[in-house]
This record gives sequence, C-alpha cells and structure tokens, in this order.
Amino acid sequence: MVEALEPLIYEISSAGRVGVNLPACDVPESPLPTDLLRDKLDFPEVSEMQAVRHFVRLSQLNHSIDTGFYPLGSCTMKYNPKINEDVARLAGFANLHPHTNPEGAQGALAMMYQLQEWLAEVSGFAGTSLVPAAGAQGELAGILMIRKYHQDRNDAQRTKILVPNSAHGTNPATVTMAGLEVIELPSDAEGNVDLTALKEACSGEKAKLIAGMMITVPSTLGLFEAHILDVVKTVHDAGGLMYMDGANMNALMGIVKPGQLGFDVMHYNLHKTFSTPHGGGGPGCGAVGVAERLLDFLPGPIVKITEAGTDDEAPLYGLVTPSKTIGQLKAFYGNFGMHIRAYAYIRAYGGEGLHEVSRHAVLNANYVRAKLMDTFTIPYPRYCGHEFVLEGHWEDAPSVHALDISKRLMDYGIHPPTNYFPLIVPEALLIEPTETETKQTLDEFIEVMKKIAQEAKTSPELLHDAPHVTPVSRVDEIKAAKELVLCCAPLLKTVE
Amino acid sequence: MNTPQDLHYAKSDEWVRIDGDVATIGISDYAQDALNDIVYVELPSVGDAFKKGDSFGSVESVKAASDVYLPVGGTVTEVNSELEDSPELINSDPYGKGWLVKVKLSGAPDLSDLMDASAYIEYCDNR
Repeated sequence: MVEALEPLIYEISSAGRVGVNLPACDVPESPLPTDLLRDKLDFPEVSEMQAVRHFVRLSQLNHSIDTGFYPLGSCTMKYNPKINEDVARLAGFANLHPHTNPEGAQGALAMMYQLQEWLAEVSGFAGTSLVPAAGAQGELAGILMIRKYHQDRNDAQRTKILVPNSAHGTNPATVTMAGLEVIELPSDAEGNVDLTALKEACSGEKAKLIAGMMITVPSTLGLFEAHILDVVKTVHDAGGLMYMDGANMNALMGIVKPGQLGFDVMHYNLHKTFSTPHGGGGPGCGAVGVAERLLDFLPGPIVKITEAGTDDEAPLYGLVTPSKTIGQLKAFYGNFGMHIRAYAYIRAYGGEGLHEVSRHAVLNANYVRAKLMDTFTIPYPRYCGHEFVLEGHWEDAPSVHALDISKRLMDYGIHPPTNYFPLIVPEALLIEPTETETKQTLDEFIEVMKKIAQEAKTSPELLHDAPHVTPVSRVDEIKAAKELVLCCAPLLKTVE
Repeated sequence: MNTPQDLHYAKSDEWVRIDGDVATIGISDYAQDALNDIVYVELPSVGDAFKKGDSFGSVESVKAASDVYLPVGGTVTEVNSELEDSPELINSDPYGKGWLVKVKLSGAPDLSDLMDASAYIEYCDNR
C-alpha cells in the first residue's frame, strides 16, 4: 500500500465539526417530501481552514499550465484566459435555470446563436450544434449523421468507414459505437494517407459500401495531408461523406476552412482550440459543424432567429430541433458554461486574432522541431502544423525509451509530451507547444531536451529512475494496470 | 529478435504453428517487444468459429491495446487460460507458454499470404 501524500477529506473529518455558519433562512421553510429524507448523510465535517488547506495541498501536488510548460501533443494545452471564468460566472448566465422559457433567456440564446455562427464561419460550414458534451460525443454525432443521411436516401448498405492508421483511437471506437465497420488505411512514406490504398478501397463495387471517411487534419503526426483534395474527391466520388476530426483545428484558424476543402461534418474541441478547461472527464463541448446536406440531421436543440429584428429591436431567438435530427445526445443544451467561455475567447480575439493564434501555434511547433532536429530522429522531416513527432530513442543509448525521457522532463518542471502515440511511430513523443508560450520558454524546453539527450548517453540511470523531485516518483504502471483498485481504503471498510 | 524457423508469420505479427489439423496461434517476439509489458489479454471462447483475418481478441500493454487477427480460419478448441493471471508470459515466452489459442482447421489452411522466418525478419527490419 502506498502511503498517501494527503489524507482523504473523510479521514480528517470529525463528527460535529462545522466550517460554515449558515445565515438564518429568509424565506418560508418548505418541508421536503419525507420519502426523500435520510437520517445520515456521509459528508465530511471539517473546519474552513482544514478544507482550504486540504484542497490547496492537493492542487500543489499537481502539475498545471499555471505552474509549468505543458507540451502535451494532440491535447492543445493552451493557457485558458482567466477572464473566461469571470464571464462564465456572471449572474445572468450562471443563475439561469435551464427550464427558463426562451423569452426569458434571450441573452443566453443570443450568445449561443453567435457562437454557432462564429464556429461555422471559422470552419466554412453551413450550421453548428453546440450540444455534444465532448470530442468523442461530437465524433459520434458526426458519424450518426452520416449513417442517417445514407438511410434517408435508401442507401443503408453503406456501412464502411475509412480510417487512417494514424487516427486518434476514438475514431475507430466511434465507428463501432455507431454500428458501422472500420476499414483501416495505411500511411505513405511522407505520413499522408496512402492514396493508392484509398483508391483501391473505393474502387468498383466496393464504392457502394463506403459510408464515409474520418480523417484528422493536420494528422496526428502534426502533418498537413498533402493530398487532402484528392482524398475528399475519391471518397465523394464513391458516394461517401467526409468527416474531419477537428482536434487539431488550432493549426488552421484563418488559414484554411475545412468546409471549403469539401468536408461534410467536423467536431470542434472547444476545450482545445477555444480555451475552455480540460480535464477530469469534463464538462467539455464537442460542437459539430456540418455542410448544407447534413443540416437537417444535426443533434438538437439549435438556436435560431425565430423573429427577425429591426434597426431598433433585437431579433427573437428560439430553440429549434432539426427535422431529421439524430436525437438530443445530452440534457438541455449541452454544457452551457463551456459555450460562454468559448464565446468570450473568440470575442476577445476576433477573426484576425484567431488567425494569429494559429500562425503562432504553427510557428512555435516548427521552431522547436527545427531546434531539436539534430538531437532527435524526426521521422517525417517536413514542415509541421501545430505539433510534431520525434522518436524518443537513440541507437547509442539503447536502454533509454520515450517513457524515460517523459519522466525525466518532470524533474525539470515540464509536463511530459504525449508518448507512444501516434502508434505508427516507434517510441513516439508528440510535442505541441501551443501559441501561448514565449520564445524564452521554448528555448528553455529545447535546452532541457538536449540536456536529457546528453544524460541518456552518459548516465541513463538518471532517466530510468526519474522523476526524482516530484511528490510521486516512478510509478509501477504494470502493477497499476493489473491490480486496479478504484476504491480508497477507508471506503472499502464501510463496504465490508 | 527470436524468430523460430518452423512457424508462419502474418503481417499483423501473429505466428501460427500447424500440427495436423490443429493450428496454434500467438504473437511474435517483435510484437511483444514493440508492445512492451503486456497487462491484459482478451481471448475468445472455446467453440467460437472465425474466418481467416478475423479479430479474435486483443492484447493490452501499458502502451496500447491491439486487436489480434487469426492467420488461418477455424474453430477454437483451446485458449491459454494461464494468460488470464499471467499475461506477462507473452513477453517472456511468446512462442511457448505465451501462446494464445488453438483452432481446429476447416480443411487445408491458406498460408499464401503468410511469411516464413527469413521473410518475416526482413519485413520487421524494414519497418
């Protein structure tokens, strides 16, 4: 049993201790239904100071973007401006009840409408739904729309979705969840989709079974698909629809619109590109954008103008469910708090600003890549998008692996990059600096990476045993995976 | 890399040993090394029938979870139940104690797209 660095709040609880004195009730008391009342509530009883110290100590055990560099590829761990949090807490938004009728929630609906329009503008699509609660749910929404589109045209034998082998693992999982089948496509030597294999998969009679293709642009290798127009045309000619995984949209804003490349549907990760919080499994927002032909299939409700405004009067906004919708997916309107934060972010930057965001994200990644080219093997040596892959392994340091480099970075106060993904690169380290870091920070990171490369050759044990200075040292990942214990000890006792 | 001569190898890194009408299937030394420490194996049930190329289970390591595909078609007659508690046998002995399943072949197996040891070594060297 590992000794806990911080006790559970239940372990410091003492019966009868009170942290807060509630003011006298200033409204008439309303008795609760007796069948909903319980005698005993398992709440911790602590003083205010205990609660403050407990949670501050927990936060100090963590690495966060507020305390250090976080180049976690494919996750876009950019800084989320604190003002977004202030805006999301404005009483008019935060206290709005989800059952408020549309007439009483015009401000919130206007904000959602504007966000839908902005997202459609950034990506060149005809419409947006803000409902999906995360990227994976956005993917599911997209593929369910493609499925329903074919069913609606009496073309339901189209059940195959093409997925490149560099894809996020969520892509094939989404296809399976939607009851369709994956055809995996290889990558060519440049890291693009293998066009020959794609054309073969879409040839002759096989074309009639193609429902569509899911592709990430730039790919998870951080590379722009050089033949993307050919790819789109091949799939469209076969009768399939094109799905873009928008996880890497941070490389594209103001540079290229997926809708104009011919994509039919895309999900956004508001928590990646538009600076809403990550982590803890949510709440997130995986908004979906669609081309004209999928508008009627969007998950509802969508905010629309139900009564046009005039020069003097604002329009009236209402909630509309598209006629052939795939369904609702999430209670109410999705994670409304995320919409406010993304709105605030886009509003603060404006169109030109978002363009600059992407330009800097791409510039920063290419700067770090170029500076590390002589120290590490870069498997696809061409200009990258907002992230790039290198191999965390050297022939003259055979005992050192990508994982060891990741762990050693923690000793230098840097969050490890994504490791062992994408799967097609051995010992992959996927690095994404994001636009919010200064050249000074990037230079420090480059120096640390070079230093670790040196250490790997002169004193590899430093890497094998890393991290040395973090609250938790090297964890036993095998034991953790094989002997998974999801309950903490004190709770286990009550179960017994 | 250990690559026994008497086996046939698939591009997806499974090996198959043919003994009469029974085929034993596992994953190669190259595959176990690339996956790193294996922590979980999902296997089919005895009696399940598969076509050549079907996914019959998955192997999960600290790095990734990978489907495994049958290099020959047939009906499962035996699964390596020892792997349930000791999946690391695949790492330590991929061609012996780390075997995955045995299948009864339905007729002569189609081995045309499988590689012999030297072709497989060359295939791995070029990746």
